[in-house]
Amino acid sequence: MTIIEQLITSFIASAAFVIIFNGPKRSLFHCGLVGMVGWIFYFLLEANGVDMVLATVIAAFSIAIASQYFAKKYKTPVIIYSVAGIIPLVPGGIAYNAMRNFVQNDYNLAINLAAKAFMISGSIAIGLVFSEVINQIIRKSKLKTIVNKSQ
Amino acid sequence: MEMERQETYDIMAVCLLAGKIMLQSGAETYRVEDTMMRIAASFGAHQSHPYVTPTGILFSVEGNEPTKTKLIRIIERTTDLEKVASVNGISRKISAGEYTIEEAYKELKKISESGSPYSLWVHVLAAAISSGCFLIMFQGSWGDFFPAFVTGGLGFLSLLYFHQLVPIKFFSEFSASLLIGLQALFFVSTGIGGELDKIIIGSVMPLVPGLLITNAVRDLMAGHLISGLAKGADAFLTAFAIGAGIAVTFSFF
Repeated sequence: MTIIEQLITSFIASAAFVIIFNGPKRSLFHCGLVGMVGWIFYFLLEANGVDMVLATVIAAFSIAIASQYFAKKYKTPVIIYSVAGIIPLVPGGIAYNAMRNFVQNDYNLAINLAAKAFMISGSIAIGLVFSEVINQIIRKSKLKTIVNKSQ
Repeated sequence: MEMERQETYDIMAVCLLAGKIMLQSGAETYRVEDTMMRIAASFGAHQSHPYVTPTGILFSVEGNEPTKTKLIRIIERTTDLEKVASVNGISRKISAGEYTIEEAYKELKKISESGSPYSLWVHVLAAAISSGCFLIMFQGSWGDFFPAFVTGGLGFLSLLYFHQLVPIKFFSEFSASLLIGLQALFFVSTGIGGELDKIIIGSVMPLVPGLLITNAVRDLMAGHLISGLAKGADAFLTAFAIGAGIAVTFSFF
């Protein structure tokens, strides 16, 4: 039940975010799908006790793969899909709690949370870059086999 | 000679316009540089050097004559993915040789003057719905869906309104998050809403600079150090504005 709830809300939230960012109408549905995939990976991993940072890396990686698939299929920039997918992973809640603790003079906890927020936003980027690198390696190795065959 | 010089300037105008639209619409730095170099190369300028930062573009083209360089300033930056996609489509067509320089310039001009594909109310509605959905995603209860929906929608509307009133990003974000905090406080104190934290986090999500933070780290990793740092500073300022707005709310009770 919770999973169905999470699937639906993450799909709608990601698609709605693409509207806020003026995304093309024809890609709304795909953006929602990308967001859903990323969030469900994160949600299930986190619920099963995987560390938040690792869960974020894996979720961002899956988002990047899905975005590259759609980008290639519909010949649109990757960023349109990956932005939609990333939004649910952004550590808004942690950043908020950090800020709240700063205000309430609990600096130790606040610095802890701020560091965590930074780590998570870094791991989103790592997940994205990692998948891009793998994509390039695959493309290059394919090129090599073509070159080898033609010789 | 004169003809050739004029043509180089025309190519540069097309490249700069394309780069300007993309950068203002929130494209990644490497994509802007790549698109500009591709357009220049397909019009015959094979040696070009774009230098893209979030606040300006420097572009120089080498040829038989002395190197020409132009600079344009970028002041307003928003997120407009439709424009990024359209410019990308035009750059593909230019590479395929379907446009002359004049046609490409006209098409790009059309994109830069086009408005948003969605009306203001669709934007606000989208922000409201996503706020409600984020509340559920962050393990809030369905009873808080309505307060988050209203708070997020009004918060986003006030962001747009304040931004029109005073075009300083920090001010509009601060005021919007202050309003969000006050609304959430109102809902909780009247008993309509349950958890203050969850409502605020959900409603603040449309303002959170998630795209900026991620783009900043990606730019840093790709070696665009200045862009990365500038975007990081921008994201930090936004996060600080939101946090400060919420913090003022907490000082009320």
